[in-house]
Amino acid sequence: MTSAVAQGNVPVPQQARGRRSSLTRSRLRSAWLFIAPSLIILALIAGWPLARTIWFSFTDADLNNLSDYEFIGFENYLANYDGEWLGLLTDPDWWQSVWNTVWFTLVSVSIETVLGIIVALILNAAFPGRGIMRAIILIPWAIPTIVSAKMWNWMLHDQFGVINDMLLRVGLIAAPMTWTANADTALWAAVAVDVWKHTSFMALLILAALQMLPQDIYEAAKVDGVSPIRVFFRITLPLIKPALLVAVIFRSLDALRVFDLIYVLTSNSRDTASMSIYARQQLVDFQEVGLGSAASTLIFLIIALIVVITLAAGRMRLGEDPR
Amino acid sequence: MKILSRIGFWLLVVAIGVFALFPLYYAIISSFRSGSSLFTIAYLPESFDVSNYIAVFDRQPFGQNILNSIIVAGAVVAISLGLGMTAAYAFGRIAFRGRALLLMTILAVSMFPQVAVLSGMFELIRSLGLYNTLPGLILANLMLTLPFTIWVLTTFMRELPKEIEEAAFVDGATPWIVVRRVFLPLMAPAAVTTGLLAFIVSWNEFLFALTFTLTNERRTVPPAIALMTGSTAYELPWGTIMAASVIVTLPIIALVLVFQRKIVAGLTAGAVKG
Repeated sequence: MTSAVAQGNVPVPQQARGRRSSLTRSRLRSAWLFIAPSLIILALIAGWPLARTIWFSFTDADLNNLSDYEFIGFENYLANYDGEWLGLLTDPDWWQSVWNTVWFTLVSVSIETVLGIIVALILNAAFPGRGIMRAIILIPWAIPTIVSAKMWNWMLHDQFGVINDMLLRVGLIAAPMTWTANADTALWAAVAVDVWKHTSFMALLILAALQMLPQDIYEAAKVDGVSPIRVFFRITLPLIKPALLVAVIFRSLDALRVFDLIYVLTSNSRDTASMSIYARQQLVDFQEVGLGSAASTLIFLIIALIVVITLAAGRMRLGEDPR
Repeated sequence: MKILSRIGFWLLVVAIGVFALFPLYYAIISSFRSGSSLFTIAYLPESFDVSNYIAVFDRQPFGQNILNSIIVAGAVVAISLGLGMTAAYAFGRIAFRGRALLLMTILAVSMFPQVAVLSGMFELIRSLGLYNTLPGLILANLMLTLPFTIWVLTTFMRELPKEIEEAAFVDGATPWIVVRRVFLPLMAPAAVTTGLLAFIVSWNEFLFALTFTLTNERRTVPPAIALMTGSTAYELPWGTIMAASVIVTLPIIALVLVFQRKIVAGLTAGAVKG
């Protein structure tokens, strides 16, 4: 369709030109008509609320009365009262939530990547029951996050939990653990649930990449007697790297905004709060719309920065693409 | 050596299967045990007591919660597909100026962290008089589903050969007729995929549902389950929570298993080609 429009702009014999350009013009007009409803809705429910959130972060707005507030500049972020620094950037709870989120993202996405590759390699092998296996790994992905968190909460219960029972039976722990209430283990519990839920997403994306690989390389490697491990690191991994990167970035962006999993699993504890939980707590529980919006704005900036870097890197990679 | 590696392979397959299925299995057997038997650990189903399933609907308006979730998710899917299909036609089939930039902007919206719009959305929903109503949740959830609906449908739309619409245009059809008569039937499989993904996103959504509803009767399923409390403040009604979890999970799992191939296609279209 690109060529049709391009031809509309270059001089062509009079008769043909009149018809084609009127068609082109009517199509262009309809293009804007067709996307206008979506754009208006997105501007209303995404653009405008984001702009208001950023604006609120410079005010002392209160949740009970959102229309009565004053502009206070950067005081929600950082302010100096009589030599004492205050604001979001001096709040140890905020930095704790940043660290929790980053740690959670790094650990869970790394484990999901390794397990995802293993599961994808298995699903790529021909064995009886492969279709059933692919269906089975989709099940954790389909279960609502809240439900997953509750199921794991029950399995991790300190007194009646099945995980404590299993570990006691095989002798890995001497006494029942309070997995989700203890700050040291609660984030590991969150990682376990996240890995359980999202490894299949990673595996399916990697599997899609594996199935597009040319088979003749593998036959050649087999003829040459290269060991399977060497084949994996020298052939498979470099070839699936682009798809792997996309999957890792998607999962990381998702993990950085984690809210429901940690909120339900660790019953809203301060030691394990993620950035999103911190922001909502300021906003709703403490009614401090200004401070909460400042936290929200910072989360947005952090994620936007990662997206921009990714897109820039992606464009550079596309630029090298011989296509 | 060969036999050993086969055994290892199958052990791995079984381990992955057990890891994936055990939490759901354990939730199901727990949901059929009640009273004090719930507090002894059992690995095999030994009782079939439906009192938890009765209690779910008895102690809270859980039927209403399920209905709310169906209404919200259904409306979100219908609106997303309606808007997404027309927008995807424009993005996928017509080369207009600023197309790439607009698509990038829409993709950027799908990366928004939900919490980044929370206070602005709260103000918007309250000023429209939609606080603690289902239309408020529908509006908010569109932010999550509309961008990827447009994106995935556009990638599907691009793959259709361009001869189809050219023939229709030569016969004098208007763009609107082309969308309705030519593309809608061809895009039906893609619409099923995207609609399912949008349904699952809306069905699972928690943060907006928790923040923009106040009363138990207006809640959707996720906050209803998250906020379930027992007769005493100290002990959560685990049997009831497991029963509620099983009730809302089984239909979704059935959908996913039936449409397995389509969902995988949609996920990879959204990520890999995107």
